[in-house]
Amino acid sequence: MKKVTEKKTSKMSRRRFIKNSSYAAGGAIGGGFLGTVLSKNLFGNNNENQGQKQGATNNESTNYNQALMYFTRQSDFEILSSATERIFPEDDNGPGAVKLGVPFFIDHQLAGSYGRNDREYMRGPFYPASDFQGYQTRLKRHEVFDVGIQAIERESKNQFDTSFVDLEGEQQDQILQKFQDGEVDLKGVTPTTFFELLRSATIEGAYSDPLYGGNNNMEGWMMKEFPGNYMSYINEIDKKDFIKKEPKALRAHIAH
Amino acid sequence: MATTLDKVEVVTVGVGWTGGIIAAELAKQGVQVVGLERGKARSTEDFQHIHDEYRYAIRYELMQDLSRETITFRNHRDERALPMRQLGSFLLGEGLGGAGVHWNGQTYRFLPYDLQIKTMTEEKYGKNKLGEDYILQDWGISYEELEPYFYKFEQTAGISGEDNKNSAPRENDYPTPPMKETPITKRFKDAAKNLKLSPYHMPSGNLSENYENPDGQTINQCQYCGFCERFGCEYGAKSSPNVTVIPTAEKTGKFELRTHANVTEVIYEGGKATGVKYIDLQTGEEFIQPADIVVLTSYVMNNVRLLLNSGIGRPYDPESRTGVIGKNYCYQILPGATGFFEEEKFNTYMGAGSLGASVDDYNGDNFDHSNLDFIHGGVIAITQTGKRPINNNTAPNDTPNWGKEFKSQSIKYYHRNLAVGVQGASIPHRNNYLSLDPEYEDIFGYPLLRLTYDYTEQDRNLHNYLTEKSAEIMKEMGASRVEPREISDHYSIVPYQTTHNTGGVIMGGDPETSAVNNYSQMWDVENLFVVGASAFAHNGGYNPTGTVGALAYRAAEGILKYREESGQLVKIVNDRKHA
Repeated sequence: MKKVTEKKTSKMSRRRFIKNSSYAAGGAIGGGFLGTVLSKNLFGNNNENQGQKQGATNNESTNYNQALMYFTRQSDFEILSSATERIFPEDDNGPGAVKLGVPFFIDHQLAGSYGRNDREYMRGPFYPASDFQGYQTRLKRHEVFDVGIQAIERESKNQFDTSFVDLEGEQQDQILQKFQDGEVDLKGVTPTTFFELLRSATIEGAYSDPLYGGNNNMEGWMMKEFPGNYMSYINEIDKKDFIKKEPKALRAHIAH
Repeated sequence: MATTLDKVEVVTVGVGWTGGIIAAELAKQGVQVVGLERGKARSTEDFQHIHDEYRYAIRYELMQDLSRETITFRNHRDERALPMRQLGSFLLGEGLGGAGVHWNGQTYRFLPYDLQIKTMTEEKYGKNKLGEDYILQDWGISYEELEPYFYKFEQTAGISGEDNKNSAPRENDYPTPPMKETPITKRFKDAAKNLKLSPYHMPSGNLSENYENPDGQTINQCQYCGFCERFGCEYGAKSSPNVTVIPTAEKTGKFELRTHANVTEVIYEGGKATGVKYIDLQTGEEFIQPADIVVLTSYVMNNVRLLLNSGIGRPYDPESRTGVIGKNYCYQILPGATGFFEEEKFNTYMGAGSLGASVDDYNGDNFDHSNLDFIHGGVIAITQTGKRPINNNTAPNDTPNWGKEFKSQSIKYYHRNLAVGVQGASIPHRNNYLSLDPEYEDIFGYPLLRLTYDYTEQDRNLHNYLTEKSAEIMKEMGASRVEPREISDHYSIVPYQTTHNTGGVIMGGDPETSAVNNYSQMWDVENLFVVGASAFAHNGGYNPTGTVGALAYRAAEGILKYREESGQLVKIVNDRKHA
């Protein structure tokens, strides 16, 4: 965790983004009952203030949601954090996976129905699959992450005699690439399956609604200029120029 | 031991578009209908927190719970089929309204050519255009006969659209005018016109204005919020069974909906269906619901599976080429091209599921195939459905899918790429079919359905030709870089492609080669109707729901007729060329 958290802060803080952006007027809700229902959130703030309130919570006071629900060893969580940061690194566009809260997003997801494959067919027997038949391991996702993270550390020590979290970024990439290319021996699951889970979960954490613990302060959305959750674009859909809007999260939908 | 309930007139298995249409049409005529739905009830109220890409579009909250039941899949007959453990290639619906809740609303009519594809292809190109492994069949009904039923569905759903000379001919205008023109749809239309094609606005089940349908149900005006496919509509502005036919059936007082009712078998005695067996998923109790008429109105997969698990009809055998249940499974071929625009940004985060523009110049037999190595084609369209950030990370082909370059390129092009895509027709092949799996079972111990499917030469040739046409349009639209789509070596169950699965209980004029007649009445069991895209003899070059709706209205009329007349409603026409 040390290495990634000490990197320089995001070039595009939320305040600066707001200052530099010329937002279009908030989207009109097309004359229905929802306008009334949605104009207030839990705290009684109107929608325009909602984003800043969330930002303040996350940046300036303790976010008690950022603790471990699934992982038992902090070292495993740090390996996961370093790996997600290589998949979605901080750059000129803005924060990477760690600042967006992606490792906590993944930890929390692994503790729930995603991690246990609750809504998926997990009955046997299990056989090796062709490339076209999909996920066929008896391991559930949380077990795939356990096996994969341990293998990342093992590969790192074998190849560089160093823990994964202490490697240079390019060395970390070399290790991850071996997983994507299927060049590592894993028990019970293919390295490619593990890598694809890690890759897709990282992107999901970067861009899902902040309610899940990633996309911190909606900064994932801001990088992409995705405005999140608006009820209507009926008065803007035919406009020629690109319209940049202040993002809104689902929090705005909780009625007071 | 199952509890036997009081007999009812009609029972439907599944309450989505087809089950809802049957229930509404019959209940309006005073017929008592029970609708069995294995999912839960839901309505617009349940969709007020729907703008959640992760929950609905990635984790598939509205879709089938595969822990109870899935399908197995293999590409070829000599492979071992393995379970589809996670959803991927297609998204099976579950719950009241079925896939009619999470569809996009693109509502076309199949072409006259589709309904008489065998006759018309042979007349023009001779008997052996594709070779004997392809199973071309007429549908046992002409477009002229089916036209009023198409309109009936469009009226119920309030479809917004405009006529086009290359599409199926219409007796009446669309119930509502087309959706809004946007810079993206206009760009496509201008390019198509420059290429001497005939573009038109996509027929839409997201409505251009508030609308009251003939049953008195209101559908609201679409707000273009960009959350449509994989989501329910929080505004009641996407036409769905839940805002149309289900409330219509309910207000008659003749319709009883039972949710969490998972049908496991159709009971078949003395040549007739006498009812269905189902399990109440909340209590575990087993019931038998006797009925005069049984109507299978679940998705393609389950219509086929219920017949096979109940021992009804003759299962298809690809070796001897006999039998009909499971035959002519088709999918959809998806040619297309992506364009990257260095200098422009588009408002692609806004949109609606069926906001788009289309051309039919390369669909059906609207173009000459004499010198081409395939038949049929598909609608070429651009859509503006609302791009959401987890699922849309399009970058030029040479970009890795993770790391620094991935991040910067996928962010850069997020609003700078557009795609032209095709709903390519899928022609049946003897080796593409549905059957029961010999090894895997659902939680109740019934065999899973097994899908055996791969792309054919016809598919590849159609794909390549229409991809080229799509790329021409994208180039004409002014993209700085155009990337044509590729078709993979084999069909894969993993990446999402389309939920346009068809066939398995196909309609036709001859019981030797088809399972149901043109009222969706089974040839072998006169009081059993099997309704839906399972009746498609092949899949056409459009989204299928408009045609599914037409067949359901036709089936409802047939069921009413059967109550009066009994017996087979259609005279058999022997056509043994495929036998």
